Amino acid sequence: MENIEKQIKELQEKVAGLEKGTEDQISIVVFSGELDKLLAAMIIATGATAMDMKVKLFFTFWATAALRDKKKKVTGKDFMSKMFGIMLPKGSSKVKLSKMNMGGMGILMIKNLMKKKNVASLEEMLITAGELGVEINVCEMSMDLMGIKKEELIDYPHLNICGVATFLVDAEESKIQLFI
Amino acid sequence: MTQEELQALTVNKSVDARGTACPGPLLEAKKAIGTIGSGEIMEVLSADEGTKRDIPKWANKKGHEYLGTVEESGYFKIYLKKG
Repeated sequence: MENIEKQIKELQEKVAGLEKGTEDQISIVVFSGELDKLLAAMIIATGATAMDMKVKLFFTFWATAALRDKKKKVTGKDFMSKMFGIMLPKGSSKVKLSKMNMGGMGILMIKNLMKKKNVASLEEMLITAGELGVEINVCEMSMDLMGIKKEELIDYPHLNICGVATFLVDAEESKIQLFI
Repeated sequence: MTQEELQALTVNKSVDARGTACPGPLLEAKKAIGTIGSGEIMEVLSADEGTKRDIPKWANKKGHEYLGTVEESGYFKIYLKKG
């Protein structure tokens, strides 16, 4: 008898753990810094909110530059950070295409087409995502590596600076995990 | 429901999402369904072909009843009953 009670207790604990692991949540690693890939990530992110899913985006490497605010200026960067700052796109309106960029021709064409076909721009998507409660977690290490400072990031309502552990915990609690 | 039945429905809420592409219509539908009561009818107007498949899938997941789609020239009228 005592043994059965012990087993039931163990099972209950296991079930509680499983329920925790299947939260209606999606975690996306946003790694790429090009318009097409960022757009795909943002469309999935905002679409998921319509499903009442919690959305956690982990911005790392090239994607972090897309979160820079072109109007913000920061001082006190070292030489390498300054160089990187010049080479990296300054914000979501300056990112390139992963294919057919053609020295800027491709991106102009796609932006024109997007307008014509009523596809929201990346800047608009970021505003919408903020309104819908999409969480953006930015990798501290990437920012440090590329010399991007917190002060030059966009004013996004749910933005945190974090490390890989945040992503891992979020991903573990999510039903869907993507890498874009 | 037949096309005639769909056209004859009394709509409690109409959402015109013809000015947006994916995921615009879905987000507008989600916002609007919160403003009506259970059992009430909502119509979503969309010029985006994908919405025809998207909205029924979303409705099914969220427990709303998909009633049918009427095709107009250049856009669709999608009917839902809130669950």
